[in-house]
Amino acid sequence: MVTSAELLSVAAFADGLHAQAFPTFGSERTGAPVVSFCRIDERPIRAREPIDAPDAIVVGDPTLLHQVDVFGGLDDQGYLLVNSTRSFAELGISEVADRLPAGRAQTVPASGLAREHLGRPLPNAALLGGIAALTGRVTMPSLAKAIAERFGSGAMGSGNAAAAQACFDLIAGRVGVAANA
Amino acid sequence: MKPHEIKLYQTGTFVVGNRLLDPEERTVQARTERSNTLTSGHRACQGCGEALGARYVLDAAMRATEGKLIAANATGCLEVFSTPYPESSWQLPWLHSLFGNAPAVATGMAAALRAKGIDDVRVIGQGGDGGTLDIGFGCLSGMFERNDDVLYVCYDNEAYMNTGVQRSGATPPGARTANTKPVGEGEGRDGNVFGQGKNAPLIAMAHEIPYVATATVADLHDLEAKVERAMELRGARYLHVFVPCPLGWGAASHDTIRLARLVKETGLFPVFAAEEGEVTDVLKIRRRVPVEEYLRLQRRYAHLFAEPESRDVIDAIQAIADRNIRRFGLLATDDEGADLPGEATDSGLMHMLAETQHGAQ
Amino acid sequence: MRKQIEGSIAVADAVARCRPEVVSAYPISPQTHIVEGLSDMIRRGELAPCEYLMVESEFGAMSAAIGASATGARTYTATASQGLLFMAEALYNASGLGLPIVMTLANRAIGAPINIWNDHSDSMSQRDSGWIQLYAESNQEAADLHLQAYRLAEQLSLPVMVCMDGFILTHAFDEVDTIDQADADAFLPPFEPRQVLDPDTPMTIGAMVGPEAFTEVKYLMHARQMQALDAIPPIAADFEDRFGRPSGGLVRGYRTEDAETIVVALGSVLGTIEDVVDELRDAGARVGAVSIKCFRPWPREEVREILAGAERVVVVEKAFAVGAGGIVGQNVRLALSGLGPVVFDIVAGLGGRPVTRRSLRALLDDVLAERIEPGPLHFLDLKTDVVQRELARAAGGGLTGPHAESILSEIAVGARSH
Repeated sequence: MVTSAELLSVAAFADGLHAQAFPTFGSERTGAPVVSFCRIDERPIRAREPIDAPDAIVVGDPTLLHQVDVFGGLDDQGYLLVNSTRSFAELGISEVADRLPAGRAQTVPASGLAREHLGRPLPNAALLGGIAALTGRVTMPSLAKAIAERFGSGAMGSGNAAAAQACFDLIAGRVGVAANA
Repeated sequence: MKPHEIKLYQTGTFVVGNRLLDPEERTVQARTERSNTLTSGHRACQGCGEALGARYVLDAAMRATEGKLIAANATGCLEVFSTPYPESSWQLPWLHSLFGNAPAVATGMAAALRAKGIDDVRVIGQGGDGGTLDIGFGCLSGMFERNDDVLYVCYDNEAYMNTGVQRSGATPPGARTANTKPVGEGEGRDGNVFGQGKNAPLIAMAHEIPYVATATVADLHDLEAKVERAMELRGARYLHVFVPCPLGWGAASHDTIRLARLVKETGLFPVFAAEEGEVTDVLKIRRRVPVEEYLRLQRRYAHLFAEPESRDVIDAIQAIADRNIRRFGLLATDDEGADLPGEATDSGLMHMLAETQHGAQ
Repeated sequence: MRKQIEGSIAVADAVARCRPEVVSAYPISPQTHIVEGLSDMIRRGELAPCEYLMVESEFGAMSAAIGASATGARTYTATASQGLLFMAEALYNASGLGLPIVMTLANRAIGAPINIWNDHSDSMSQRDSGWIQLYAESNQEAADLHLQAYRLAEQLSLPVMVCMDGFILTHAFDEVDTIDQADADAFLPPFEPRQVLDPDTPMTIGAMVGPEAFTEVKYLMHARQMQALDAIPPIAADFEDRFGRPSGGLVRGYRTEDAETIVVALGSVLGTIEDVVDELRDAGARVGAVSIKCFRPWPREEVREILAGAERVVVVEKAFAVGAGGIVGQNVRLALSGLGPVVFDIVAGLGGRPVTRRSLRALLDDVLAERIEPGPLHFLDLKTDVVQRELARAAGGGLTGPHAESILSEIAVGARSH
């Protein structure tokens, strides 16, 4: 998820915006809950604090939903994207989803898409494609370029890019966004 | 001819051995063109083993490098007596930084020279046993592990002398120091306790560096030859020099070289060289001497001989010597020169030999 | 070239532009990405000739830097927190010997208790070491300051540490205009040492100095560091001239011209502070901010001048002198002695606790409403209930154990009960 926020910021930069990304920092262990932040703005960004009033939240690991306060501060005009094959009701968070404007809360089987395009259930790139489509805040071409730069020209690069595109298309189809915006 | 095949006792230029040799085989100190790297005027004690050792080591290294040498020196006696403000007795580029970092400073020097493509200027790091084996040990090991191109020389006088003779990791068992006095009734009544020691040369060999050697100020040809050999090689090299300290050991200042000779002849200090972790050369004991001969000359061991004599401790020290002799193969066979008559305990013979040397000067 | 990159990589890139000849590296969070970045560049031949020393400790790192710098090489290292303390002896040695080493300090708290997150206790602990201390507000500035640091260090023959907030800057992805090698070369000429270990001209460096001369040597150190106050502004101006952006300098004011209340701070927190200043200005309050860019030497005259017109000064600092009070606050009071402004001293952000716009706004509201006393040290966002409970528990006597573990378990219990 650390990489995700960074990639989002690189994509936003490529789109001509200002962006800042950082994680909640800790020792480099896998398995610990990680939150990362990304600010995107038309103006230069000065703030250096964690985001306490997000416009969008992406949840990569739904097992955290009831362990950590994931939704604190989410703007009620905001966006929510959760990596899951289940619905919000099945996840027990329909209350949160219902608060948001129609279409702005989505679950998406990002791990499955990743397995399909990348061969491994690493949902991060897919989720980025999804949030790009959902919010329209970064464009798919910039995101694809950021993914390619990070993961290289081999299988990891093309696999992640494909997963991102697939998720973008899936969400775009649902919310009626142009396929390659 | 190998330096230690010269079978006469040597004490620098005033030596029968040196004068009988071809000029090319004489010590660096015997030459008028020597660098005098540690020049006169320093404030070392009368009979200081470290001053003697450093003079020989540095002039040999300067000769081997044609004067292209820079030095990193740890805090300690050598640093203090050689640079009494505002004077300096060093005639080479010399840096004193801290007590525990001489090996690391030397590492940095070597890196700078490498970055600049200067490969004819060489680096020497030096310090006492405290600065090298205790506080500087981490840096020393790091330098070995990286195989930095540094010759590191440890002048071992077996205690923290500059600060008033406190025990170091190199202090031998049974020795008195300011904080291992033979007082009380417990374990400390015999002076420094019997631990397993800290065998720096063996530790250096375990790092598999290109060159490790030990030497004393009694075999000065050997000491110079080892420095010359070390400077032929590149990478991390370690030289451990036994240097008696008259003041710290309570020994007569004229006994410095004698003590160095005895420490080798007892087997307490094996003199050898090793390359890439394998022993290549051992200076054999020609006339084996019981440790008592060595210990009695130093007041730091006087408590062992006071009534009642601590025979058990002296025996334990002897056992250390015996083990070294076995472990390093220190006894010369007949064709290696164990051909001088009589047992080492023949003090009459020893006395006569000493007189002979003085007579020849 | 403008790029969106990690702060550490921006710094590694800037350092590489300075053409260091020796880099000594010992890893400690959160500086690791900087030394890793430099290692990659050296291995790929992008930075050459440069010797990369993987040393055995921070003490080894600074010691090797001393040896290298004294041998005439432009030298670099980086550390944080515990690592800075481990090399403390060597810091004083480097400054005492007048070696122009440049070091990045990725500001991190000092333990115990161990904490890997940002605050300024590390750099503040070494404020008297004789090193010049520069503080970066952003990753751009952190990169830029390394070039300025080498120019300054080599001009004065003094070591310089560039402080950047650990994690907050080092691990943040941000927009940075990376520096071109040709531009860097034009700004920073090759190193010409004032002293060098060279067999052609032997010298003895590092001799003992006794009572008869030590005072004079230390006086000269002080005088030399003070020269930085005159040296820094032209270097910063030249940088701005060539690169087209302001960076570095001694102090920087934000909306201070007619400010009645001025917030003073160091490092990245200025960004958040400026957001709050704008908020308050919009609400009609005359508030400004001052960023201290150079903390050592202490720019007393510049601080005095920029704060003199305010009624109140609110120092927000990320460290404090245990048992005594604020550090930056104390220095600010020194600068303002004899003048009108009332000084409030606030400690915030210790051990990585976020300094939020919300808290700063509430703080300034309290200051403006006179709900806070000037004088005593205040701790922003202190959990007073936790503190009270812990004090009560410890007063019980017996094997009360360490505060840290007890508070942590209390907070964990609290979290689980939500």
